[in-house]
Amino acid sequence: MATKASAGVTGETGGDGVPSGVRRRDFLNVAAVSFAGVGTVAALAPLIVQMSPSADVLALSTTEVDISKIQPGQGIKTQWRKQPIFIRNLTPKEIAEANAVSLSDLRDPQSLAERTKPGKANWLITLGVCTHLGCVPLGIGEGENKGPYGGYFCPCHGSMYDTAARIRQGPAPKNLEVPEYKFTSPTTVQIGS
Amino acid sequence: MSFSWAKPYEPKHPAMKWLDERLPIPRLVYGATGPGYPVPRNLNYFWNFGVLAGVFLTIQIVTGIVLAMHYVSTADGAFNSVNQLIMRDVNAGWLLRYAHMNGASFFFIVVYIHIFRGLYYGSYKPPRELVWMLGLVIYLLMMANAFMGYVLPWGQMSYWGAQVITGFFSAFPLVGEPIRVWLLGGYAPDQAALTRFFSLHYLLPFVIAGVVILHIWALHIPGSGNPTGVDVKDEKDTLPFHPYFTAKDGWFSASFLLIYALVTFYAPNYLGHPDNYIPANPLATPAHIVPEWYFWPFYAILRSFTLDFILPAKLWGVLAMFSSILLLFFLPWLDKSPVRSGTYRPLFKRFFWLMVIDVLILGYVGGAPISAFRTALGQFAAAYYFLHFLVILPLVSKFETTLPLPNSISESVLGKRGTMATAG
Repeated sequence: MATKASAGVTGETGGDGVPSGVRRRDFLNVAAVSFAGVGTVAALAPLIVQMSPSADVLALSTTEVDISKIQPGQGIKTQWRKQPIFIRNLTPKEIAEANAVSLSDLRDPQSLAERTKPGKANWLITLGVCTHLGCVPLGIGEGENKGPYGGYFCPCHGSMYDTAARIRQGPAPKNLEVPEYKFTSPTTVQIGS
Repeated sequence: MSFSWAKPYEPKHPAMKWLDERLPIPRLVYGATGPGYPVPRNLNYFWNFGVLAGVFLTIQIVTGIVLAMHYVSTADGAFNSVNQLIMRDVNAGWLLRYAHMNGASFFFIVVYIHIFRGLYYGSYKPPRELVWMLGLVIYLLMMANAFMGYVLPWGQMSYWGAQVITGFFSAFPLVGEPIRVWLLGGYAPDQAALTRFFSLHYLLPFVIAGVVILHIWALHIPGSGNPTGVDVKDEKDTLPFHPYFTAKDGWFSASFLLIYALVTFYAPNYLGHPDNYIPANPLATPAHIVPEWYFWPFYAILRSFTLDFILPAKLWGVLAMFSSILLLFFLPWLDKSPVRSGTYRPLFKRFFWLMVIDVLILGYVGGAPISAFRTALGQFAAAYYFLHFLVILPLVSKFETTLPLPNSISESVLGKRGTMATAG
């Protein structure tokens, strides 16, 4: 039993009294390194989360917009979370064009009804951020190039959107994103929540 | 390691002896860039661009540190601090800013020639694979740093460059968009992004300097390559770095800096883009958005994917663009020909020049506005780029009959002189 103490063997032994090979020093090594590892990972957390949007950025998360002045066929560009927002009052012709497209022809199939609020099919509210690489498409301002599908045209890499702001041609993978919004009155929209 | 005939460092002055026994920095310099580093005697001018890259790194760090003393890294103040304060009010500010701006372009010119040299003379081959790979790490760091530096003046191109390049990350499914928002610290480039880019733009050059030390360290184990690609055999093949190559590097750097000075003083905005003198406007994208010229070939590869095929076209473009550089890390194993120098590889040489032309075409396509013809040309050139490195190069190195190599560096040098003498 003298060997047990001098070799630093732990109390654990096999059935025949032979040491199982785990030394107290091994345990201390593993424990110390694991503890330091967990501590290091924990210390990384603040270094990583400080990069995420800060409270002042998140505080800009809702915007109220008065849409009473937008006539059918017109649109405005506004800002939400520092990103451009397109608010467009579609004409009946533009709504009909959007509804005439078969969903199976679309890269990112969505109907106009899915992209607008019930009973407000004329109010098309999307981010003005091309889903390719984030440029601002043309077509919301008076006289801007709306592209061959009558919606939006991105000048950077030639993505073309239709009157429901759905991607029809070009490199963008998705339709222009519809942000979370609600009508707080018939003429006021609150973007964000 | 050094060659056995390298001159040993023997300090004579008692103060130098005292220092050598305590902190042998002079010994290190003597052995790395002094008479203690024997260099092949047949180096041509392409071998000057490594030192020149170091010169430009120094210029960028020095001018950059000084500019940071005047620059204001706020979304409201950045544009004016560059274009009003630094360009008009700060004494010699215009010179420092133009020197830094064009210094970046010239740093890339020098590094591209340095990479070209490495590709032609097979500098990536054993035993210098790690030298090559560390060089690529430096190149990647340079690109990241150049991008962040370009964002700092907060002009239209700065802003939309930041938007497009961070947009690359949104190509990755699920994690992409959260990563993009995390990198920007917001949903679009703004104050948080600008400040962190400034912080990192100040940091990365010192990281680059660290990797440069590793790059030189790894180079000095086997010693410098040379235009014949033949290994150094004895003392006749080499000359001490100092005074021979310090003098040559000094003269060549001075000549090259003359071109840099010409552009900086007489055409300082030639390599830039006028739209970056318009303050950043998050609501309007410039009609023709292009990166700086040194990114054009990669931008062309990015744009050359226009159709979804299993993965979205956008993701293909981003993956292809990153892999166009990452594949260079595998070059030592893609080109297994034992002959290093392109001079003795007739077939390799032809395809090498085709690849150079191909990259120039990609550069043209990446910098020009989109048209149906240029998109098709870019797609062809992008495909050929990958074909060259992944298919042609391995096949050439397997089947090519190379020309006979000279027996030694000194023979190749003296042989030339011999024929010149008889012809004369």
